[in-house]
Amino acid sequence: MRLELHKVRVKDVQWGDRTCVRDGTLFVNREEALDAVRVEERLKSFSLELVRPGESVRIIPVKDVLEPRCKLEGGEGFFPGFLGDVDTVGEGKTLALSGAAVITCAPVVGFQEGFIDMRGPGAAYTPFSETNNVVLLAEPVDDLEKHEYEAALRMTGFRLSLYLAEQCRESVADEVEVFELPALVNSKDKADDLPGFVYIYMLQSQGLLHDTYVYGVDVKKILPTLIHPNEVMDGAILSGNCVSACDKNTTFHHLNNPVIRELYRRHGKDLRFLGVIITNENVILVDKKRSSSYTTKLAALVGADAAVVTEEGYGNPDTDLVMNCRKLEGQGIRTVLITDEAAGPDGASQGLADAVSEADAVVSAGNVNAIVEVPPMDCVLGWPESIATLSGGFDGSLGEDGSIRAEIQAIIGSTNELGFSRIGSRWV
Amino acid sequence: MTIRVVHYINQFFAGLGGEDTAHVPPESRDGFVGPGMQIDSLLGEEGTVVGTVICGDSYYGEHIEEARADVLERIRAFEPDLVIAGPAFNAGRYGVACGDVSSAVSRELELPVVTAMYPENPGVEMYAKDAYIVPTVDSVRGMRKALPAMVQLGLKLVRNEEMGTAEEEGYLSRGRRQNFFFEKNGAERAIEMALLKLRGEAFRTEFEMPVFDKVSPAPAIADLAGITVALVNSGGVVPAGNPDRIEVSAASKFGAYQLAGLSDLTGISHESVHGGYDRTYVNDDPDRVVPLDVLREMESEGVFGKLYDYFFATVGTGTPVKSCTRFGQEIAERLKKDGVDAVLLTST
Repeated sequence: MRLELHKVRVKDVQWGDRTCVRDGTLFVNREEALDAVRVEERLKSFSLELVRPGESVRIIPVKDVLEPRCKLEGGEGFFPGFLGDVDTVGEGKTLALSGAAVITCAPVVGFQEGFIDMRGPGAAYTPFSETNNVVLLAEPVDDLEKHEYEAALRMTGFRLSLYLAEQCRESVADEVEVFELPALVNSKDKADDLPGFVYIYMLQSQGLLHDTYVYGVDVKKILPTLIHPNEVMDGAILSGNCVSACDKNTTFHHLNNPVIRELYRRHGKDLRFLGVIITNENVILVDKKRSSSYTTKLAALVGADAAVVTEEGYGNPDTDLVMNCRKLEGQGIRTVLITDEAAGPDGASQGLADAVSEADAVVSAGNVNAIVEVPPMDCVLGWPESIATLSGGFDGSLGEDGSIRAEIQAIIGSTNELGFSRIGSRWV
Repeated sequence: MTIRVVHYINQFFAGLGGEDTAHVPPESRDGFVGPGMQIDSLLGEEGTVVGTVICGDSYYGEHIEEARADVLERIRAFEPDLVIAGPAFNAGRYGVACGDVSSAVSRELELPVVTAMYPENPGVEMYAKDAYIVPTVDSVRGMRKALPAMVQLGLKLVRNEEMGTAEEEGYLSRGRRQNFFFEKNGAERAIEMALLKLRGEAFRTEFEMPVFDKVSPAPAIADLAGITVALVNSGGVVPAGNPDRIEVSAASKFGAYQLAGLSDLTGISHESVHGGYDRTYVNDDPDRVVPLDVLREMESEGVFGKLYDYFFATVGTGTPVKSCTRFGQEIAERLKKDGVDAVLLTST
């Protein structure tokens, strides 16, 4: 499977008569973009704002972040199972507006949205302070049921993202990255003495409002399965959850998964990238046992020597994380975990809800409970009072002057467990 | 500005003698004494040891309150910018004294302070939380290595420079986790670690697995007749409006709420404020998490004696284990005091 990722660099975003990228600036036709999302009948109001790195802007509460992508060759559209067909993706050519992001923002759906600051101390914690953002602000129709509301926002993010990418399909890429892996049976011939790595990709599936989709299938209903890394880059995995802002994998994170990127980079040099196994994080024990056993079996079947396991969320899925670890190590597959910690505001509490002795190689994605104080911004997009009821916020989080004092878990992507950021927790 | 440093040492390093003089009470000397000479020279142009406070180890241990107050007063009198205590190596009483002095200087005088000792010195376990302790070997042969490390750390504290990790800066962990930004992202670090682990080379985990406090369950109650049963939940079910403003995640508190006179929780009277699960079904009928309706039936059928008049509630998601432990202890204390025999603990 061979995928060319045609990256069009976006260094600025402006309103324009025609949606396109010119000289590194993404121009957006506001009315046309709004028309693309107004088809959603479950939402009653829609507005768009443009936000750039360094501006004194806060966006709150953020539901999802996406990178505009669309197929150029080897398929049509994007977001398989939702806006695109369910045929296998990951081949041909895909356009990406690299440096741009779509952000969906709306009154709280499930307590676990978060905020993004474009400057100041909060900006360092989120990768989306560095992207040129097209922010969609929406409100639900009266009495909309929560799950319908989540679905409406999710679909709206997909539509806006696809609209932007499709309008820019004539743009010439600044860079073309090629991603190709040989079939498993051939992988050993190419680089025979290199160790085989699998990536165990745990997807949030704890229940309604805590869901992830693969080709449109609710992940809580899958058996763990193999997926080609190119499929992930082509939108096979999509976020539909309201898990804590700090460690929810937004759709942007899935499309730009850093573990996949790093395994590709090292493939053929010091490891063989065998593939990706997606598994779920269901809430009941029998599901956890079945999924961790099945995952381990697949890893052994493909001949893995080593595994990197990433988590999404904290608490309950810590059990899935360490269960995967114990079983993989039991098969002789050397395993490294990426997780964040809930060590308390003072950092003195133990940080995981479950532990096994086999988990002797862990990368910390930071302490979610660390407190951050962020000053008021000149412009606030959204509903700032929601901080009081977001995970990481508390009654009194919002100062009279508009400043916020909250745990970093309220910041989108702050302790991302795919290892997207450079943050980590250490002993002091 | 010349940094004024006060050095705390015991009778042995002051040259007063060994065990035979361990009972001497605190005294002050101007300038450096014993190993303080090396500290003074390491400070160079930047600072000077303005005074030394000496106390016998036995005296300190046997009169800890008085000794601490006396030593603190003597340290204060020199008007220091930085206090250095020890190093104590593996001398137990000296380590405890250095730790206690350091902790008190930091807490009461609010001055930067550094001490040093062998990691297994009992002073480490007692005071590492409160003081910067430089690790040393177990005997005085480590002096030449310990002093530069102590001075370097002390100067960093005086200058109020950003303090790095325990490992980077060379002090014993104070038992807290702190966030830092690293050169490489988490994914890169993970794959590097996996390659090292696979090759059997040395690697360092970034997060050691916590050790859990295993609590053995209380023995079963054979006869339910006459017992008092209480309801406790971490599913966030509270009276409508969340009167105590319990946080939706990382709760800092729990609440106790009236059950007397109630036989059923409804979506109007109660709600869940838990941020970690879909609350649709519990808000439709909060008895699904706090099964008051069924317990009232069982109570009237005489299955057990009596339902306790209050239920306790908190939010479990994202809540540090340290907080949970405190909630558990406080709730259990109250239940025991009120003669509760059994608890139905529900989550979500």
